[in-house]
Amino acid sequence: MFDYQFFIEVLVGGLLSGVMYSLVAIGFVLIYKTSGVLNFAQGAMLLFAALTFVSLVERGVPFWLALSATLVIMVVLGITVERTVLRPLVNQSPMTLFMATLGLSYIIEGAAQLLWGTQVHGLDLGIDDVPFEVGGVLISQFDLFAAAIAGTLVTTFALFFRYTRTGLAFRAVADDQFAALAVGLRLPRVWAAVWTAAGIVALVAGLLWGARLGVQFSLSLVVLKALPVLVLGGFDSVAGAIVGGLLIGAIEKLAEVYVGPLFGGGIVAWAAYVVALGFLLVRPSGLFGQKLVERV
Amino acid sequence: MSDLLVLEGLAATYNHAIRALSDVSLTVRRGEIVALLGANGAGKSTTLKAVSNLLHAERGQLTRGRIVFDGRDATSLPSAKLVRLGLVPVLEGRHCFRALNVEENLVAGGIGGGLSRREIAAGLERVYTLFPRLKERRRSASGLTSGGEQQMSAIGRALMARPRLLVLDEPSMGLAPLVVETIFSTLKGLNREEGLSILVAEQNSTVALRYADRAAVLDAGSTVLAGDAADLRGRAEIKALYLGSPGESAAHLAALRRPSPADHAAA
Repeated sequence: MFDYQFFIEVLVGGLLSGVMYSLVAIGFVLIYKTSGVLNFAQGAMLLFAALTFVSLVERGVPFWLALSATLVIMVVLGITVERTVLRPLVNQSPMTLFMATLGLSYIIEGAAQLLWGTQVHGLDLGIDDVPFEVGGVLISQFDLFAAAIAGTLVTTFALFFRYTRTGLAFRAVADDQFAALAVGLRLPRVWAAVWTAAGIVALVAGLLWGARLGVQFSLSLVVLKALPVLVLGGFDSVAGAIVGGLLIGAIEKLAEVYVGPLFGGGIVAWAAYVVALGFLLVRPSGLFGQKLVERV
Repeated sequence: MSDLLVLEGLAATYNHAIRALSDVSLTVRRGEIVALLGANGAGKSTTLKAVSNLLHAERGQLTRGRIVFDGRDATSLPSAKLVRLGLVPVLEGRHCFRALNVEENLVAGGIGGGLSRREIAAGLERVYTLFPRLKERRRSASGLTSGGEQQMSAIGRALMARPRLLVLDEPSMGLAPLVVETIFSTLKGLNREEGLSILVAEQNSTVALRYADRAAVLDAGSTVLAGDAADLRGRAEIKALYLGSPGESAAHLAALRRPSPADHAAA
């Protein structure tokens, strides 16, 4: 007899952890949409943020002060990267840009460890990871907290892009970069705003992931979790990143529980990639990617 | 009448390899409409992109020559700066922001021009008066509007930035004759009433010459002819020049340059 309650529990757990994947994927999408760069350094930025925050807290800096300081550092880091590495490479081939961000990710990781050392840090955000029960289904409190934070962040971004001048400029640049340049929009400003946003996303994702996995070198590898999400949702869609993240989260957990035993377990690391590869064959632009509004 | 825009001996390449312009010179005086004519590939678009400093975005570069806008060297000013100085382009193929609605497209033009919120509101009213059709479609995604509406949006978006010189690339492309007339007569109205100067590249020479004060003809990346529009309109060779094949146009050019029997008689 199929245990529905258990199924729902696994599903909800998967969806909630999927929110965290979405969060990492959104960092990619913001930058990809506006500048066509797949910023592989997003994971390194995430590690840098988490490591900086933890190290400040461990040195006795109060929580909120450490958070603000890390935020400032991430914004400065993002803008510096855009200025010194990517702007000089504008109009280069996508492969050149990708290699630049790949190199960058190792430099940022190295810098983070040079600054703060290589030991593993625990990160306590003050949220107990005690499961509680809703209608017979057990839900992790931390997962719920993380989902709420991520949801708030995404809503804030959505409102910002919808109702502010910078937001409109961002959507214009994402829509047609050449036209945006021609009408006089200052692309450097938009890019600075985008890298600022990516820095904030990296900080939030870094703290949430850091609290779950511990702050250490391998934290930067969560980018690898974001790639299947992007393939599924489309590289240029924020909505795609959210839906893709939820799907990948749910698929991973369900596969682990229901399919895993057939292979003797341990499939969680690659199940998402199998799905992503299969999806590439059917719909290479992703669920929400590059849907052009066009009159035929 | 003083010169608003002067191009002197422009030469340009793409990828440092493909020569697109070799010698382009022309002048737009204040309050004037100048048509830039020529066949496909003659260098009209490249010239206009050079004027707005947009070549680099397509991996092109100026290799020689000078661009003077309103008395200042504009050869290497960034495009955003040029827009704020009043030199605003309308790109070939419209290039509306497809996912944005018509009004957001216009607002983007105002933001590009560095306008305040109030100025943008006033600008919207002005554009909607010029193109009432846009007011009806203001909430439609630009990509879903008709070609004519997109061209009006693109021109409206440029007008939002309060240009002194509007630089249009093939505004008639792909549009019905009636729509083309509407667009050109609106532009002519702005020119007459507000003194807006216009530089317009066109393959549709008939329409362009009817509305322009002067015209310049490009062939293989060089300006080969310039003169009063009324004068050029009367010469059948012009039309053959850029509707015919390159070989033919060379022959026609030779015909145009050959001194007429009257000149011989005078000499």
